Parts: sequence; structure tokens; C-alpha cells
Amino acid sequence: MLLIRCPYCEEERPELEFRNAGEAHIARPTNIAGESDDDFEKFFFIRSNPKGVIYERWRHIHGCARFFNAVRDTVTDKFVMTYKAGEPKPAKLPGASK
Amino acid sequence: MNAAFRIPGAGRLSQAKTASFSFDDKSYTGIDGDTLASALLANGVHLVGRSFKYHRPRGFLSAGAEEPNALVQIVRDDARKTPNVRATVQELYDGLTARSQNRWPSLAFDVGAVNDLASPMFSAGFYYKTFMWPKSAWKNLYEPQIRSAAGLGVSPDRPDPDHYAARYAHCDVLVLGGGAAGIAAALAAAETGVRVILADEQAEFGGSLRFESGARIDGENGFAWAQAAIARLKAMDNVRVLSRTTAFGYYAQNFVGLVERVSDHLKNPGKELARERLWQVRAKRVVLATGAIERHMVFANNDRPGVMLASAARTYLNHYGVAVGRNVGVYTANDSAYAAAIDLKKAGVNIAAIVDLRDNPSGAVIDEARGLGIEINFGRAVVSAGGKLRVSSMTVQPKNGGGGRTIPVDAILMSAGWTPSVHLFSQSRGKVAFNEETRRFVPGTHAQDCVSVGACNGTDGLDATVDEAYAAGAKAAKEAGGKDSSVKAGKGAKPKVDAGESWSRGMLGAAPGAGPGTTVKAFVDFQNDVTAKDIRQAVHEGMHSIEHVKRFTTNGMATDQGKTSNMHGLAIAAEVLDKPIPQVGLTTFRAPYTPVTFGSIVGHARGALFDPTRRTATHGWASAHGAVFEDVGQWKRAWYFPKAGEDMHAAVNRECVTVRKTAGLFDASTLGKIEVVGPDAAKFMELLYTNPWEKLEPGRCRYGIMLREDGFIYDDGVVGRLAQDRFHVTTTTGGAPRVMHHMEDYLQTEFPHLNVWLTSITEQWAVIAVQGPKSREIIAPLVEGIDMSDEAMPHMSVREGKICGVPTRLFRMSFTGERGFEVNVPADYGEAVWEALWAEGQKHGATAYGTETMHVLRAEKGYIIVGQDTDGTVTPNDAALDWAVGKKKTDFVGIRGMMRADLVAKGRKQLVGLKTTDPKVVLEEGAQIVEDPKQAIPMKMIGHVTSSYWSQNCGRSIALALVAGGRDRMGQTLYVPMPNGTIEVEVTGMVFVDEKGERLNG
Ligand SMILES: [Zn+2]
Repeated sequence: MLLIRCPYCEEERPELEFRNAGEAHIARPTNIAGESDDDFEKFFFIRSNPKGVIYERWRHIHGCARFFNAVRDTVTDKFVMTYKAGEPKPAKLPGASK
Repeated sequence: MNAAFRIPGAGRLSQAKTASFSFDDKSYTGIDGDTLASALLANGVHLVGRSFKYHRPRGFLSAGAEEPNALVQIVRDDARKTPNVRATVQELYDGLTARSQNRWPSLAFDVGAVNDLASPMFSAGFYYKTFMWPKSAWKNLYEPQIRSAAGLGVSPDRPDPDHYAARYAHCDVLVLGGGAAGIAAALAAAETGVRVILADEQAEFGGSLRFESGARIDGENGFAWAQAAIARLKAMDNVRVLSRTTAFGYYAQNFVGLVERVSDHLKNPGKELARERLWQVRAKRVVLATGAIERHMVFANNDRPGVMLASAARTYLNHYGVAVGRNVGVYTANDSAYAAAIDLKKAGVNIAAIVDLRDNPSGAVIDEARGLGIEINFGRAVVSAGGKLRVSSMTVQPKNGGGGRTIPVDAILMSAGWTPSVHLFSQSRGKVAFNEETRRFVPGTHAQDCVSVGACNGTDGLDATVDEAYAAGAKAAKEAGGKDSSVKAGKGAKPKVDAGESWSRGMLGAAPGAGPGTTVKAFVDFQNDVTAKDIRQAVHEGMHSIEHVKRFTTNGMATDQGKTSNMHGLAIAAEVLDKPIPQVGLTTFRAPYTPVTFGSIVGHARGALFDPTRRTATHGWASAHGAVFEDVGQWKRAWYFPKAGEDMHAAVNRECVTVRKTAGLFDASTLGKIEVVGPDAAKFMELLYTNPWEKLEPGRCRYGIMLREDGFIYDDGVVGRLAQDRFHVTTTTGGAPRVMHHMEDYLQTEFPHLNVWLTSITEQWAVIAVQGPKSREIIAPLVEGIDMSDEAMPHMSVREGKICGVPTRLFRMSFTGERGFEVNVPADYGEAVWEALWAEGQKHGATAYGTETMHVLRAEKGYIIVGQDTDGTVTPNDAALDWAVGKKKTDFVGIRGMMRADLVAKGRKQLVGLKTTDPKVVLEEGAQIVEDPKQAIPMKMIGHVTSSYWSQNCGRSIALALVAGGRDRMGQTLYVPMPNGTIEVEVTGMVFVDEKGERLNG
């Protein structure tokens, strides 16, 4: 069982308290009704599936109930870092060489 | 009375305390501290089981957890018949009853042994080849035959009466394995004050110190030192010492699962004691001190009872005081078996000969053995063991061939070398590395915060082991935040090894006489009956990866997970492939390390505690009034209320008619309820639901539809606006949590600028639906402060006031098509208010009704149930709910999804009504609909029935269905093909009762 750090509770809690909520940093278009088919497809259907670092949304559903973002390595399953919803994609990851 | 093979003065058990036990209904006497294995051996019993496939007689291979052969059934009572217990692990208690497995009619004469003679049939891959054809024979002939003939023990046939405990624990340093290495690591870590857990699978700590008679630490015999060290650790507040505890799984982030066997070793555990305890430990650092396991020699008939690992024989002698024979042969490829021969010889057992595959080995143990007058043969091999139910001889030949001789023996001790136990390390996702020089896999790259020490790390020698382990324990403690412990003299200082044993090397693969071209039964995997020949055959038949060889032969796939067989199997495959071992690869080690009971994993989560049961406030009343309940998710809901003599059909018919004639009371409390509050509440509702909300006046209600972003219906429910900034939202019963999740998601991440709070109020409000022409007359006398006249409180309105003196949110709404109300009261008052309403209802002949009647009444009106009439691919238009979509709205979740080409295309499945031509026929929900019943199979299916009931009010059956282009098919005849014939139906509108909706005010 993984330990996940909730950036709101500011502590590591067991995986069972959390729920994955899909890929992060995909903003709902402000004028969604006016989106073209292609743009809507990109927003709604297309998701990355990398071998390595992925940016995800998680929710501390059995805790503070807040949504937040997490960087996870899909190879090792390790959480690289977590940060609050609305914060920008981190420019530099801890432990990364560049 | 001493058992025949118990040697006075040998071993550590007190011979005074005896325990009687039975094996296959024969009584024996053992002594306190024995395992079932040592007690049987003390009585000269070697034959304890039959093998899985060939039903060959089997004895004890080992003295520990790696045992592949000696699996027995332990019977405590009618309910407690545990199969596949390793006799080498099961501790003896007075009165223990054990039975052998996989034999009929008896252990000594087993009919299934004919498989041994027919063994060409059962060679590698036999499951895949022999039983291929014909297909039907698999189900009728092969599978039942295999299941009865093969297999291990028999499952208990009653519920497990024992209980199982569970603990979560956190520690700084978790030490797995309580031999010299584990104890040294734990001592070092404990001195720094960090929280330490030390676990070992055995009843007593010490690991191989149990048999290593030559080990001396801190001036004491090794085993005695271990006991003293454990006593010291136990006395420390920061240390938890767990014996009989197996670490079976190593998971992410140093999360380790352990099972503690709490009471399987006790005569009368009593009801208070759990049988086992599951420990789920999260450790900052893990020290793996899991030791090494001795390998057997792979030669013909190496499975005969009496043929065993040298270290096992040594354990039985030095710990349990038991000789495994009187005239013992030794077959080895390394030094460690010499120590066994020496110990046995000194205890008075004759050593017939030591057969050493090596050409000219030298060393102290060899000299010592020679000095004791033991015959030693270098460069020779045991090519076959004689005897059947017990080994009777060994045939010895020069290893390169040539004349042999047969030496009578009653036991053969063998050692091909030692395999580091990297199981847990590998489970932690660590990568093993092959050491070419010592020909073994040792821990390479660690993936987690753990360290391997001692034999499991390929460290040879007691001195080096203790050094390494002590340093690693201190380092782990420091990394976990412990004080820097300066090593002091005396208490807590590094243990000093005065004397120890050390050996490495040995051999991998088949021994001479069992090599390529031979067909002898030289077993690699005892538990799955895999021979060296099987592995070679698998390679010849094209299995070139060790993962394929493993699955084709089942080598290493039995419950012992190949602890003794993996390396031999790998070496044999590598030899045939002519590849170096690392290129053939090692199979993956998976949890559990040893079998884990379902009971320990399930713990308390069984029966009523398996899943929470949710009951509404009126549950007791409904039970008292004869309700039959149905499970809806975790809820228990009253399904129908049969009167004396009524079946479900009769009860539902009566309830349905009564509601439309007078009135009915229904508990709707399970509906999800969410309060949406805040200055931007209406704006939020506009975004989350298809409907317009800004202009809904406080005090009015609206039926809302929630979509997902893809444009499909996600949930629905009536929403009351209590105030400008306050909405009381209802959801489907099953949808409550996901709707809340969906709302929170948008509020927190997409619309965080909106000033809104969401609160689940499902359990705060009990909801009593009062529906029917008399509903107002039933409620009104109990209500204060609410004008319930049609003018003051029209259909789809909500009022706050009091009922029976308690606060109420009174909704005028209807899920039946009748004049109706839903009385919300604080849940604590739910039952009292229900009883008051019931009393009023009795004056008007009202009925209580359950979920079945609710379903029928709503279907009569064509009201949909999300999740029954919709399936996640239905749009509002498909469900004829276009009217509920705000046409002027520029945004709501799902607005863009709804515009997708496929969602507005012609010919989509639409919700319609169906009437069977024969009004008495009730369609089956889920039944498929076709246009032309005479077309060829497979027919083109154009839709399916979503809801179907007998409607007593209509005097006929009614149904709702999703049908392609359904609304353009009004009046068309369609067909529902069923196994017993085709049913003719007519496409109709969805409303079967009161099409104009006049009864809402009736
Ligand atoms: Zn949190």
C-alpha cells in the first residue's frame, strides 16, 4: 500500500484514503460549447499514458476531501511529489537531474 | 517412554514433558517442543504423504518452512480440518491429530500410484497435451478425474469457527529473520532507541544456530546466545519481538505483511485467542536477514522417504534430539553435509559413507570426518536410491561412469549447496545479480529503503555475517532517526563471534546419472513432481524462457514456490540451452512467501462485518409490519409488505391499487440528499445540471438532470430551492456518493471561483413519501405553519415548518403521478413521524408500500430510473427529457458532449413504452428486441427492455424499452425472441396511466 502526501493535510496518509481522479492539468475550456470537434476530442478523450512520470489528480476522499495534483512514476509507482490544485505544473521535480 | 529414535542427551528439549498425538489413527508419543515432523521421526516414521501427480511415497525433505513433501491435514474437530499443513512447521501439542493426504485407500498402499507406472503420460506439459481432445471430455472426464486424483489436502466443509486478529504497526527498523544476522541487526538498531520490530517464522529464535553446533558467540553456544539476546531485546520498550511470525509479502514503500500464528501450537487455545494475527507494518527501514535454504541433490529416486537435506537431519539431531536413521549415507557437493555426518556420528549413528561429487576437496570438516573413521568417497555420485516406502540403499558410482556398488542405508543426507533467500528482496522489486564465482543470485540493486544481511545477501561465515548485520542495523537506525550509537563495551556491544561455520559453493542442476539422455526420476520440484528430464523436455519442445519452462513443467509453481527447486530447474534449462544462467533468467518471486490462510487476510471482515449495513429510521417499524427487505447497495429497503396469505405479486398489486385509490406511505430516506449553499449556489446549479435554476423561486422545486461532460445522463432528482442561496438536492439512492464526488470535483477544480458549500445530508433527513388522492388529508392534521392548499402549495413546491412538533422540509412532489408529498424530518424523528402519519393514514385506508410498488407506479407514469432505464450511453433526448435542458443556457457540464455528431444522429436508441399483444405476458427486463423474428440468427437487435412489470392498475403488463428510432415507431409491432417462443409487442408512449397528469392535483 502506497503512502501519499496530501498537500492540504501536509502529511503522508495510506493509499486507502485517496482516490485517483485522472490526468492533471487539463483545464475545461471556458467557452466549451464553442469548441471544435477536434478541440473537444483533445480536451475530453485524449490522455497521455507515459512510461515514467505522469501528472495526476488525486482526491483525499476519506480525509480532507480535497482534490490535489501528484507526480507519479508509472514504472516504480513512486509518488515524486504532490501539490495543491490550481498550482502550476512544477518546473523541476525533486531528484531530477535537470 | 523414549521413542526409538530419540537420543538421550541430544537436543534441547526436556524429555520429561511428553505429548501424545496420532497420525493416520495410530498413537505416538512426542515431547514438548517437538514439531510434528520431529515427533514422527523420533518414532521412526518417515513415510507421511503421497506426491501430487505420481502418488509417490514421500517423507520429510527439510526441517522448516521450505518443506515440499510432508503436508498433512491437522484435525481439531469437525470444523477445524486444516489441509496442507507442513509437518515440519506444525508444533506438537498434546492430543494433536494428523492425517496423511492424497492417498487411497492407505498411505502404504495407494491406488493412485499407478500414475507412477504410467508416468510417460504425465510428462512435462501433460495438462496441455494429454487432455486436449475431445473438448467435451475436459468437462465430463478429465477435469473431475484430475481433481479427484491430484490435488493436495481436502478443504474443510464448514465455516471456519476461529477468529483472526489484525494489527497495523509502524516502526523505524523492521528486521525480518531472527537468526544470528537478524538478532545482531536488531541489537544494533535497538540500542539507538528507535522503534524496532524483529520477526521470525520459527517458535524460537536462532535460525541456523539451531543446528550449527560449532557456533559460539560472546563465549556461549550460538543458540544459547540467541536466546539471551532475544530476552534482552524483549525487555526493551522500543522493541517488539514476534516469533511464529512469517513475513509473507513486501509491498510498496516498505509496507510488509506478516502473519503471526497465535494458537495453532496450543492444545486448548480457548475462544479468546485468535488463531492468527495479520500484521501490516510500515517501516522506515527494513533489514532482510532471511538466511539461505539448502538444496537437494538431483539424482534418481531422490524423493524416497528417508532422503533429506543434511541441515534438516542436523536440526532434528541438535535441536530435537532425534536421529533420522541408524545407518545413514551422505551425498554432497559442498562441505556443510560433513558437519551433519560428524554430529550424527558423535551421537552414535553409523555413517555408512560420505559420497562427495568433488574431486579433491580439503578442509577442517573433511579432516574431522575422516578422523572419526567415516568412509569418504571423492569424485563419486549417488546415482540411485533404493527402496520404496523408505530408502534402503544408495548406489554409488564414479561420477564419470564406471562400476558401482550398492550401500545399504536407512537415510540419505544430501546437500547441493545453499540458495540465498532473496524472496522478500525480490518482492520489494529489488534486482538480483548472479555471482559467477559462487553461482548464486544475490541482492543487487535495492528498490526500497531496505538492506540484506547475512546468508540472504550471500555473506558466508558467522563472523562476517554478524559484522555486516550489526553495522547494517546501526546504519538503518541512524537513517530512521535514531541517536548515533557509539558502540560500548558490554551490554549492547557488537556480539563477538568466537567460532562459526562457513561454507559456500556446491552445485546446480542434475547430478551424474540424471543428466541429458537419462529417463530416471530425479526430482527437481518434489511438490509438483517435476523431474530433470521434464525440464529438458520442455526446452526441447521450444520453451526457451525460464518463465515458459516454469509454466510448461509447473516447476516452482507449487505452494512451496520452488524454494528448493528454482535454481536446479534454471541450471538444467541453461545447460540444455547452452546459455549462461543469468541469460536464462530467474523467475519472479511473488507474495506470499509461504501460504497464508484466507482467515488471516479476511480478519474480522466476515459475516455481518463484511460490509456495512445501512438501515433507515423506519426499519424497525417495517420489520414489525412484516416487510420483506431487499438490498440496494448497502441499504436494506422495504421491498413489499405482504399481508397474511399474500405472495409478493398479491401484495404489490394491492399496494399499487391502494396508492392510486386512497394513499400509500413509502420510506424514501435512502435517496441521496445534498445541500448546495452559498451566494453562488444558483450559478453552481446552472453549471452542474441541464436545467435553468437562476429564476426558480425559493419555495419551488424542479426535476433536474445531471450529465457527465460526455453528454450522457449521470443522475437525476428533484431539487427544492429553500432560499435564494440554498438548494436541497436529491439524487438517486445509488448515485449519492458519486454525485457528491462529481460536484466537489467541479467546485474545487473547475469552478473554484464560485462561493458555494456542499454538504451531504442523506443521513440527516428521514424522508416519508405520502402519495395518493388522500395524501394531503393524512399530512395536514399533523403540520403546523404550512398552508397546504393547492393555491398556497402547488405541485413541485417546498415549505419549511413543523410536523408532529419537529422541523420539516415538506416537498409537494410525486414519483407516482398522484398528488404527493415527501415529508423530510430529522432522522431521529423519522420513526415517530412515520407512526403518526401511519395512524392518520389508517383513517383513510392507506397502505405502506415498498420499493417494488414504487417501481411499478413510476413505470405506469413513464418516470425513468437512472441506471435502470439509462446505462451511461443515454442522452436527455434519448430519454425524452429534452424539456429539462435549458435551451438558452451557454454552459453546463455536458453541453458540448451533447452536441457530438453521434449523439444527435438519427436512429439513436430512444426510450419508449411497450405493450405486449397478449396483455398477460410480462416481458423480461434486459430482453432483446428485433424487427423481423424470422431473420437468420444472429438477429439484428434494435433495442432492449429496460423496465417491465405487471400493472394491476392497467390490468395488463407494461414495459419501457430503449429502441433504435423508437419515437418514430409508435404503433409498430416488434418482437422479443425468448427461449420459449417469440413475444409480439407494440411500441407505445411511455405513460400508461393518466396521460394528461390530472391526478397530480386529484
Ligand atoms: Zn488531506
